[in-house]
Amino acid sequence: MSGILIKGGRVIDPSRGGDGQADVLIQDGKIEAVGRNVPAPPGASVIDAAGKVVAPGLIDVHVHLREPGQEDLETVATGAMAAAAGGFTAVCAMPNTDPVTDNQAAVGFIVSQAQKAAKARVYPIGAVSLGQKGEHLAEFGELVGAGAVAVSDDGHPVASSHLMRTALEYAKTFGIPVADHCEEMSLAHGGAMHEGIVSTRLGLKGIPAAAEEIMVARDIILAELTGGHVHLCHMSTRGSVELIRRAKEKGLRVTAEATPHHFTLTHERCENFDTNAKMNPPLRESEDREAIRLGLKDGTLDVIASDHAPHHYDAKERAFADAPNGILGLETALGLAIRELVDGGYLTLPELVARMSTVPARVFNLPGGTLAVGAPADVVVIDPAVRWKVDPATFYSKSRNTPFGQDTLLGRADFTIVGGRIVYERGHSPGG
Amino acid sequence: MAAVTLGKDLVGLEHASAEQIQLILDTAEPFKEVSERAIKKVPALRGKTIVNLFFEASTRTRISFEFAEKRLSADTVNVAATGSSAEKGETLVDTARNLEAMRIDMVVIRHQSSGAAQFLGERIRSNVVNAGDGKHEHPTQALLDLLTLRDRFQRIAGLKVAICGDILHSRVARSNIWGLLKLGAEVGVCGPATLMPRGIEELGVTMLPHIEDAIGWADALNILRLQVERMEGGFIPSQREYNRVFGVSSERLAKAPKDLLIMHPGPMNRGVEIDSDVADGPHSVILPQVTNGVAVRMAVLYLLSGGSPEWTAPKTGEES
Repeated sequence: MSGILIKGGRVIDPSRGGDGQADVLIQDGKIEAVGRNVPAPPGASVIDAAGKVVAPGLIDVHVHLREPGQEDLETVATGAMAAAAGGFTAVCAMPNTDPVTDNQAAVGFIVSQAQKAAKARVYPIGAVSLGQKGEHLAEFGELVGAGAVAVSDDGHPVASSHLMRTALEYAKTFGIPVADHCEEMSLAHGGAMHEGIVSTRLGLKGIPAAAEEIMVARDIILAELTGGHVHLCHMSTRGSVELIRRAKEKGLRVTAEATPHHFTLTHERCENFDTNAKMNPPLRESEDREAIRLGLKDGTLDVIASDHAPHHYDAKERAFADAPNGILGLETALGLAIRELVDGGYLTLPELVARMSTVPARVFNLPGGTLAVGAPADVVVIDPAVRWKVDPATFYSKSRNTPFGQDTLLGRADFTIVGGRIVYERGHSPGG
Repeated sequence: MAAVTLGKDLVGLEHASAEQIQLILDTAEPFKEVSERAIKKVPALRGKTIVNLFFEASTRTRISFEFAEKRLSADTVNVAATGSSAEKGETLVDTARNLEAMRIDMVVIRHQSSGAAQFLGERIRSNVVNAGDGKHEHPTQALLDLLTLRDRFQRIAGLKVAICGDILHSRVARSNIWGLLKLGAEVGVCGPATLMPRGIEELGVTMLPHIEDAIGWADALNILRLQVERMEGGFIPSQREYNRVFGVSSERLAKAPKDLLIMHPGPMNRGVEIDSDVADGPHSVILPQVTNGVAVRMAVLYLLSGGSPEWTAPKTGEES
């Protein structure tokens, strides 16, 4: 491989506190040099990054790639390509596939599909319980041995406190987080959106903020009891942020994520029964959105994760209560984050890169998240100033379900490089 | 006067203007008389095809719409679709497309999912009338309630109307709240806290925690049916206790400072939310409500099909 020199960009590397104009030389799949006036080796291709941001590739620790089982919605390959187009060099795939990713063969299948796709890296997340049924612990050791980087029953909460305790204790052996979808089902059952004035007006059953917060509190208490690492998925309420803030003050091993839709939208978006605004956890109130933004700023919320959830167009073409939860995230996450959080004054660009790359790598013990010399060359070149209109028809994802179909976003990936190989270049259709 | 029209569909009253609601009530006035004739028919919708698409059981509303359609000389088809819950949405889309392909003019839809009428209206060119969607709205019920109130009080502005019972699950309550507020009435809601939706007071209604509060405050009570199937949700301990704590009885009414108009959208659970002597008593307008239902639905269908209110007869009952 003859190398890539990325010249003259603003190089942001939160792993080393770096932020300044520099060149980045990639050779043999690794970061070879970062510095001023790095000469281009013979045969190296040169990317002119003047006016662009050069950062460690983005990492999304929460996506649904639907394979195996629902390949008409997404596959590992299309999801990995959508990720690359969104600036992501690695994603963590949730195990609510069909069959459930609850054994080493299933984990191995996803690893192998990702290798074949050769776009963004795909790290499987194994199930906490067999079949995600919340009963018997899955074989964490074998899952990790096959390539799983975390365990989760995402899509379903771990309802049994005993199971959650056991999972947190057992996961310590393997050094992996237990990622929980926090939802107290007796409160949330049948709910279609946030319980509040909009659900009252629309006549839809609401999911109260308390349904999330009760389980957040429980998980924090169990993290304290076990010393295990609990990772709280897609936090949506101000109460959750407050609980996590206090847990971190106590030094507990609690990490948490926020989605672009929860820091961008509120429950008013469900007006007119727009099923593209239906997700779980639901869009909350403006006070919740503000708490999420401030939580990302002060680090209470560690990472931005998209909860990328593909659905077939006609699955969303239903009455609101009958439509499935979830929206696409990979191809809009960066543009929303820059628009809402950087342009909105909540985060600096280096802070954003930390929340979307360096910290996710640290939280899930993944390679990447750094431009340190010798690290795998997972790099994104971002145009932070471009305003572009979302056109779902051009998504690399197989699905089209997004509430941002008419939005103008700020900033997008120009190049995505995984292991020293350009897997996405804006304006060029992907090869192979 | 500027031409007020209803637009393509009647999905609810939340987004209707006061002028549109007045137009419907005023248009209903002359249609009342049609039902009193020996030959109960006018040719207003002759040649129009209307499909009554009922995904949920209904007796009163369906029959009322059907009478309204027939008295306007429309051709009607009744479809009682009962889909499995998982298939509901798909059925609705496909049903809509198939109906459209048969070149119909209007659909009257009742569906168990909130938003279903709007969903349908956005996907077909025909006019859509909401005959009740989930817990969202039931606009023609609220319109007939408004017409009944106007008949009795000759006004709606300034009236105090208490809606009593299961507000949480009630589309009748929501449509009544919007309609009453838009026409200048004061609205109270009364019922157990377990059956009050979150933030309801933000709509501009007065919370009346006890039935005695409602009786002491209101000019009219609109007593909602206690939906017995909701008992499974554990919202109230028993029908017996509900009657003791929230039932409207003649004993309780006797303590009211004035005579209250008694309304109920039906079907009644006698001895639960309303005692028989109240339902059958001198201040009950429960049956006149039903009569007005036909006139209001005739008005809605007529206006949506493009009719103007001057067509049938001079307006009567002009709102002050």
